Amino acid sequence: MIAPEVLDCRGQRCPLPVIALARRLPELPVGALVRVLADDPAAAVDLPAWCRLRGQEFVGRVDGPDGPGFDVRRRH
Amino acid sequence: MNASPVYLDAASAAPLHPVARQALLAALDDGWADPERLYAPARRARQLLDAAREAAAATLGVRPDELSFTPSGTAAAHSAVLGGLAGRRRFGSGLVHSAIEHSAVLHSAERHVAGGGTATSIPVDRLGRIDLDAWSVAVRTPGTALAALIAASHEVGTVQPVAEAGAACAAAGVPLYVDAAQVVGHAPVPAGWSVLTASAHKWGGPPGVGLLVVRKGTRWESPWPMDEREAGRTPGVVNLPAVVAAAASLRAAAADAAARGDRLARLVDRIRVRVATEVPDVEVVGDPEDRLPHLVTFSCLYVDGEALLHALDRRGFAVSSGSSCTSSTLRPSHVLAAMGVLSHGNVRVSLHQDTTEADVERFLTELPGIVSALRAEAGVVGL
Repeated sequence: MIAPEVLDCRGQRCPLPVIALARRLPELPVGALVRVLADDPAAAVDLPAWCRLRGQEFVGRVDGPDGPGFDVRRRH
Repeated sequence: MNASPVYLDAASAAPLHPVARQALLAALDDGWADPERLYAPARRARQLLDAAREAAAATLGVRPDELSFTPSGTAAAHSAVLGGLAGRRRFGSGLVHSAIEHSAVLHSAERHVAGGGTATSIPVDRLGRIDLDAWSVAVRTPGTALAALIAASHEVGTVQPVAEAGAACAAAGVPLYVDAAQVVGHAPVPAGWSVLTASAHKWGGPPGVGLLVVRKGTRWESPWPMDEREAGRTPGVVNLPAVVAAAASLRAAAADAAARGDRLARLVDRIRVRVATEVPDVEVVGDPEDRLPHLVTFSCLYVDGEALLHALDRRGFAVSSGSSCTSSTLRPSHVLAAMGVLSHGNVRVSLHQDTTEADVERFLTELPGIVSALRAEAGVVGL
């Protein structure tokens, strides 16, 4: 498995992590996985909501040494 | 340029009803004495307090001795939760509540848990309606002392299935506390509860008056140090002029609630439709049908909620937001989070009796430009 692309949005307040994801995802091939590192509590709500609104796949949340990460796969 | 002000935050505090102003001024002259004392001005104050209690009880369809005035809606909610748990401690220490209760209820739950009790939060769906199956299972769990359900969400307007939730509680022998702050004076109060609270400044009464209603036969015990006022349910002398104004304005607000609700519900419908079609990338949240007549919430993708509130304020529009950047804790609204809807760029619009069609039209005309200017400034157009 290829390690996901990482967007480091730690220290950024919402909506900035969502904007970073919306900018980056279309640059990647369909099927690519992005991990958004974001410690703003709103990211846990807004990243899945963005995926739902945009028809992208919210894979899940990963809590690692880098803090909360949110995995998203480009579906289209 | 200064735009004429349009106040659209009635769910935080409704403008003072003219009846409340009149009653408040009259009661300042007439109702300053301590109603518990035994002399003429005290007897006058006692009469005013008794009349206010009878009027408020009649409006709610309860007995006067079931109703106490509290120093705020928050104090009433604290009393409802902690008193409902205290009165049932022989049966257990479990509290069941929805995930979208007012923070006054959730903070009371935290206090209860810190003291060794348990609390079970029942999830809601995307529209903000509780999961009735999960609710029914939770209230049947042995050791459940109290269940708490908000009548309608103060943040997104979704009306909760109180009758069904209450039936599940009744079957389990668990009293139901209903926070009716956004319903009393606006819409019919649902049946099936044992304890109910409300807040005067949500219906056009003055701030600093809450209602706590405990039905006869409910096991409820004051969580506060002993005090004989208000049937022992809430300590301290009430702010009598404010209480008189609250009761008078409640009667007035309830008397024309149906007509006002119809008018405001049509304006809210217009906001729901126009915002969804005229502002790109917006999510209008809450149940489109089963909702409060006067409240609507939406979130604008990629827009900072605080910036949006300030931009609207500069144009004269007063609204509130559940976005994290507008909260003192920097956390997003727990209601929006529980629903799984976008929390940034969030706006709650809540209407009141003085809201005109022209106010709503001006808001709807200006909003798309305000949002698109903020998006252009942030460089997020076309994302």
